[in-house]
Amino acid sequence: MRKAAKLIAAASTVAMLLGSMAMVPSTAVAADADTGKKLAENRKKGNCFACHSYEGAHLPGNIGPPLVAMKSRFPDKDRVREQIANPTKFNPNSMMPPFGKHNILTEEEIDHITEWVYTL
Amino acid sequence: MRKLIIALTALSVLGGASAPAVAKTDPQSDLNEFRQYFYKKFPGVKLQEFGDGIYAIDKVRRDEWQLMEEFPSYEDGVNRGRKLFEKYDIGSCFKNGGKGIKQHYPYFDKQSGSVRTLEGDLMACLKRKNVDLKAEKLRFFKGNFAAIAAYMAYTSRGEKQNVVVPDDERALDVYEKGKQFFYAKRGQLNMSCADCHVYNSGMMARGNLLSPGLGQTSHFPVWRRKWAGGDETGVKGFGTIQRRYSGCNKQVRALPMNAYNSGKYKTETQHPTYVALEYFHTYMSNGIRLNGPAIRQ
Ligand code: HEC
Ligand code: HEC
Repeated sequence: MRKAAKLIAAASTVAMLLGSMAMVPSTAVAADADTGKKLAENRKKGNCFACHSYEGAHLPGNIGPPLVAMKSRFPDKDRVREQIANPTKFNPNSMMPPFGKHNILTEEEIDHITEWVYTL
Repeated sequence: MRKLIIALTALSVLGGASAPAVAKTDPQSDLNEFRQYFYKKFPGVKLQEFGDGIYAIDKVRRDEWQLMEEFPSYEDGVNRGRKLFEKYDIGSCFKNGGKGIKQHYPYFDKQSGSVRTLEGDLMACLKRKNVDLKAEKLRFFKGNFAAIAAYMAYTSRGEKQNVVVPDDERALDVYEKGKQFFYAKRGQLNMSCADCHVYNSGMMARGNLLSPGLGQTSHFPVWRRKWAGGDETGVKGFGTIQRRYSGCNKQVRALPMNAYNSGKYKTETQHPTYVALEYFHTYMSNGIRLNGPAIRQ
């Protein structure tokens, strides 16, 4: 009897979890700009400042264009995300690593970084 | 009407040719193009100056570097290389007693149909003389081995690089392989040698100034402060050109083509891909005076 009650309780927790998850949009974790910034500045992850300068970047490189006024220059956020996930789509000879296509970053990490880039 | 006829005849000519129009490998015109590209990109920098790498294109770094070269930290290492060179009578394996010959490397050996590097010939010589490679810690890339190569480079200072790619299909084949390796993207980060050392040379990758591909081979083996670590006077700072290739491959998370070392000291041979790269890459610096072993960060 006690066992059965536990099972029922467990089942309802699962149902609740599933129910609440269904309410958030597609991604499990909301993209977060602060997390994105940390990932972007991690040398083993984005390492974006190796090539891009942006406000507050420490000793940035200059291989890529400065990341500024992103929202107005790229009204379409998905375009920015795609640039990070697979820059060769826009420039087959791009020097920028294809972070998604080559699994350098996970989809989720790219979402976070996109969110951060969009604040620049 | 005339235009149309010309166009038609052009078409029929193309159609008539059985093989597709593949550009024939032409090292000399590659070399001219390569040089012109860098002359344009770095106006005022002369051919000989390209041998100094990043110090040819950055005044502040150059001044610092010249101070280092006044009391060169590689001197003891070169002496160590000379002693080993003499101890094992390396000179007897080479033309001209092994001195002042580096400018001709890599060269195409007609008999075997293969390209030989200085380090490859040096290793072959050590093996022929039954040198105890293990006891002297003689392996490709670094340490005592690179010190002997550095000594040999030292005796060739001032000679102009003079790699020959003869009109022989086997030589052209190796050259072409090296060229393709240089321009092909690779690794998880998807970058070619040319991405960093042609198209973006002179730019900054974080704090690193990217050197022009022209002149990159003239001063090898180099003596790098990074490799030397605390060992400021010995042989640890030395690295051959292929050691550098390996490092640059690793940077973009590509597999380095290290020497095969099955049985480590016994059967080690250089990777043919790096030999091909060295052939192409060094040929591109023809005409530049050798200046090895130079100091680099
Ligand atoms: C090795 C160099 C390199 C690295 C590392 C790099 N980029 Fe780029 N990036 C470029 C280059 C070059 C361009 C120019 C467009 C092209 O060639 O793809 C570019 C373009 C962009 C653009 C479009 C900006 C514009 O004005 O056109 C964005 C956004 C961007 N990068 C974001 C990032 C982010 C975020 C990261 C890190 C996760 C990153 N980049 C890492 C080289 C790099
Ligand atoms: C991600 C960028 C990058 C790529 C890709 C890259 N390198 Fe480098 N390379 C560097 C940096 C940074 C240095 C140190 C600064 C300098 O001298 O350019 C360097 C240094 C060198 C040097 C030493 C130059 C000197 O003056 O001593 C050689 C030679 C070299 N690279 C060859 C290559 C070759 C060949 C490839 C391809 C197999 C390659 N590199 C790929 C970044 C790169």
